[in-house]
Amino acid sequence: MQRIGVFVCWCGSNIAATVDVQRVADAVRSEPGVVFSVDYQYMCSQAGQSMIVDAVKEHQLTGLVICSCSPRMHESTFRKTAQLAGINPYMVEIANIREQCSWVHKDIFIGTQKAITLAKAAIAKVNLNTPLTSGESKVTKRALVIGGGIAGIQSALDIADAGFPVDLVEKEATIGGKMAQLDKTFPTLDCAACILTPKMVDVAQHENIRIISHAQVEEVGGFVGNFHVKIRKKARFVDESICTGCGLCTEKCPQKKVPNAFNLNMDHHRAIYIPFAQAVPKVAIIDPDYCSMLKNGKCGVCAKVCSVGAIDYQQKDEIIEEDYGAIVTATGYNPISLEKYDEYAYSLSKDVITSLEFERLTNAAGPTQGHLIRPSDGKQPHTIVFVQCVGSRCAANAEKGKEYCSKICCMYTAKHAMLVRDKYPDTEVYVFYIDVRTPGKSFDEFYRRAVEEYGVHYIKGMVGKVIPEGNTLKVQASDLLMNKQLHIDADLVVLAAAIEPDRSARPLATMLTASMDTNDFFTEAHPKLRPVESPTAGIFLSGTCQGPKDIPETVSQASAAAAKVIGLLCKNTLKGNPCVAVSDEMMCNGCSSCANVCPYGAITYESKEFRMPDRTTRMRRVAKVNPAVCQGCGCCTVACPSGAMDLDGFKNQQIMAEVDAICK
Amino acid sequence: MKVSYFPGCTLKTKAKQLDDYARSCAEVLGIKMEEIPNWQCCGGVFNTSSDEIATKLSAVRALSYAEKQGQPLISVCSACHNVLKQTNHAMQTDAVFASRVNHYITQPGQAAAQAYMGNTQVYHYLELLRDIIGFDRIRDAVKKPLTGKKIGAYYGCLMLRPSSTMKMDDAENPRIMEDFIRAIGAEPVIYAMRNECCGGYVTMEDPALSQKKSTAILRNAEANGADFLITACPLCKYNLDKNGNIPVVYFTELLARALGIVEA
Repeated sequence: MQRIGVFVCWCGSNIAATVDVQRVADAVRSEPGVVFSVDYQYMCSQAGQSMIVDAVKEHQLTGLVICSCSPRMHESTFRKTAQLAGINPYMVEIANIREQCSWVHKDIFIGTQKAITLAKAAIAKVNLNTPLTSGESKVTKRALVIGGGIAGIQSALDIADAGFPVDLVEKEATIGGKMAQLDKTFPTLDCAACILTPKMVDVAQHENIRIISHAQVEEVGGFVGNFHVKIRKKARFVDESICTGCGLCTEKCPQKKVPNAFNLNMDHHRAIYIPFAQAVPKVAIIDPDYCSMLKNGKCGVCAKVCSVGAIDYQQKDEIIEEDYGAIVTATGYNPISLEKYDEYAYSLSKDVITSLEFERLTNAAGPTQGHLIRPSDGKQPHTIVFVQCVGSRCAANAEKGKEYCSKICCMYTAKHAMLVRDKYPDTEVYVFYIDVRTPGKSFDEFYRRAVEEYGVHYIKGMVGKVIPEGNTLKVQASDLLMNKQLHIDADLVVLAAAIEPDRSARPLATMLTASMDTNDFFTEAHPKLRPVESPTAGIFLSGTCQGPKDIPETVSQASAAAAKVIGLLCKNTLKGNPCVAVSDEMMCNGCSSCANVCPYGAITYESKEFRMPDRTTRMRRVAKVNPAVCQGCGCCTVACPSGAMDLDGFKNQQIMAEVDAICK
Repeated sequence: MKVSYFPGCTLKTKAKQLDDYARSCAEVLGIKMEEIPNWQCCGGVFNTSSDEIATKLSAVRALSYAEKQGQPLISVCSACHNVLKQTNHAMQTDAVFASRVNHYITQPGQAAAQAYMGNTQVYHYLELLRDIIGFDRIRDAVKKPLTGKKIGAYYGCLMLRPSSTMKMDDAENPRIMEDFIRAIGAEPVIYAMRNECCGGYVTMEDPALSQKKSTAILRNAEANGADFLITACPLCKYNLDKNGNIPVVYFTELLARALGIVEA
């Protein structure tokens, strides 16, 4: 039999104003197991806590019920108090009589009644509590960062600077991501390459960072502190360790018609190429879909001209297996496909382009050396129409588009408009918007400069139709402030397409058992208080894979994720949560119901020998929970049809006892 | 295969070719179109007023007849097709509306004494060609391909919208008529205005407005190199014919030519 002490907190007037705390303390005194009960003004204070310690000693208490605020607030406080007093911390139960009682009731009679009921339920549970001890597991002091854009680069650098080895996996042939494709960056208009490429070099030169480019994660096993990951490094047909990046092969290759993905297919490169001049690693790669040597065994020019013999047509994919303590996802974003937006004639006219294509067109290293010309005829445009929110902020039940705001388009469109007016002042620039959203440091000032100093025509309203006719794009739009229809003959139309998570994120999330929202953005453990962690322990979120973000925000989040990783890797061992699921092997029939609902991949199956009543032995498949991975959510205990699964600290019996106490 | 057929008023008067060729082509392609007996005017676009059930009764009677026959319901005219599909959608998803309509049509003395249960599938004739017959089979059946002809498909507004109900094609980037043009051996001309409104019935009240809309469509088609346009809608044909010089023909006529049913 337990010896339970009940401690009722006033929380100043927070609880005491709507709950008669003294009556609560009196009412529970005769409950089974209760040997002591008291009320006090601030139970969490130093004095309150010593009162608990003293009571434990004086009355030889074995269990505690604290009637106070939410366990989210002070459960850990009182568990420490219990430990100090010499009882197991899991012998403490909190009856939440503040958030779930005094704060929501106005009537003191009703409030008191409910507080008494909640206290009785907690007492009933403590009667069945058993001491629990946390298990320990070792931490592998190495981190994996998935995605080599600015988010992944920043996270990798910060973790590596703290002294931990980092593997940076990138699916493309070079790191750099979307930022490498941008021209200028808002709100300071410094060039993206000038601030990004030094960081890429830092990554390449860092002794703690290994770049695994042209690779993808194939399999993830294990748990926080002990992930085991398989990475497929795809063949690039060039030996990375030998290639000097001289680029001779990329000039001599006879296959000149390979669409250049880095320039969004607006020009071509050879079948062997280096994605761009500042690529890291600066190593050539062969596109097997276009190389005639790889396709029909004829050519071999690149191997002939390579002075170091780096070309290897026989190269195969390589599987890298490694253990990691923590994983950072930085898989980034892509603009949506504009297939379903043909009212803007994207597929009908070459002169209707996306904002990312515009970045390449104005970039000095782009396909036009930075000359803003129409892709159709190479002429300079004199009237440019920018359309914002293409696919963003759509109605919840709309057939196409995203419900969310893509967040970066208002600012980059202002930037584009300003750049055009700066370089070509005789160009008329129109921007159609639903709202202009510029809440960032120096952001609104930036947008206002576009309107006030650069004379960009901002029009509230949307474009309904773009009609290519001859050399012009007839833009039909509405001006909501003037309440009239507009017809503008434009030379170039730029669409600010919504952004969406990269397609690789969904399969990765499945491998990591990390949760995602309906838009395939990774969800965070808490939207406000734990924004860079996934609910799955040991997985951290960096950049736009978690939601639309601009560069400053991405970098902040990347560093925050790195700080969390460093905090984890600094530990030698990890204490687990002892409230984990346990399976009763005798009752388990191996049906897989539990593993199917487990969000964390904590349940595996093993075949075990069981002795039958007739003294024979039989092999049976039974569920096994990995306590280091289990988060104690309880899904499996509900799903188990035979009642074999139970949750330590929240056993079915304990929950039923609570329910009984409430219904009595 | 047998299908129920709802021709509509205009196809019996001004747009007789649309109707005739639709029937004869279907026959060649192995489909028997059985005209619904005693069909009534669908009510045109006027019945899209949502608070009135009386205007929808004609469509429900047609749907109910096809249900009784266990046949899909085919129409050729864009407006009839729009009314039939929208009414069918309302009968399938709006229980209150459905019970009011069914209560009415099952009154003693009414022609269709049977309630409509929402089981009829409505197809536009183009959908019949694409989904039931298949453009591949049409390509094989073509005897006189219209090789070298540059044809602009004119969809208009009613055939595709609202796309959540019509479920025929992408309203902003449709391809069903272009695929049809390819199937009969001609070259489709894709132009942006192909799914814009011609002005519709507004032509009776404000002919200048529908003239403005129609000329913009014709100019855009011409600028993109179309020799002539095809349509499925008698009203669109009326407005376009009145306001421009590019010939506008019914798509069924071209199909009949390609299948060798009529001489060009």
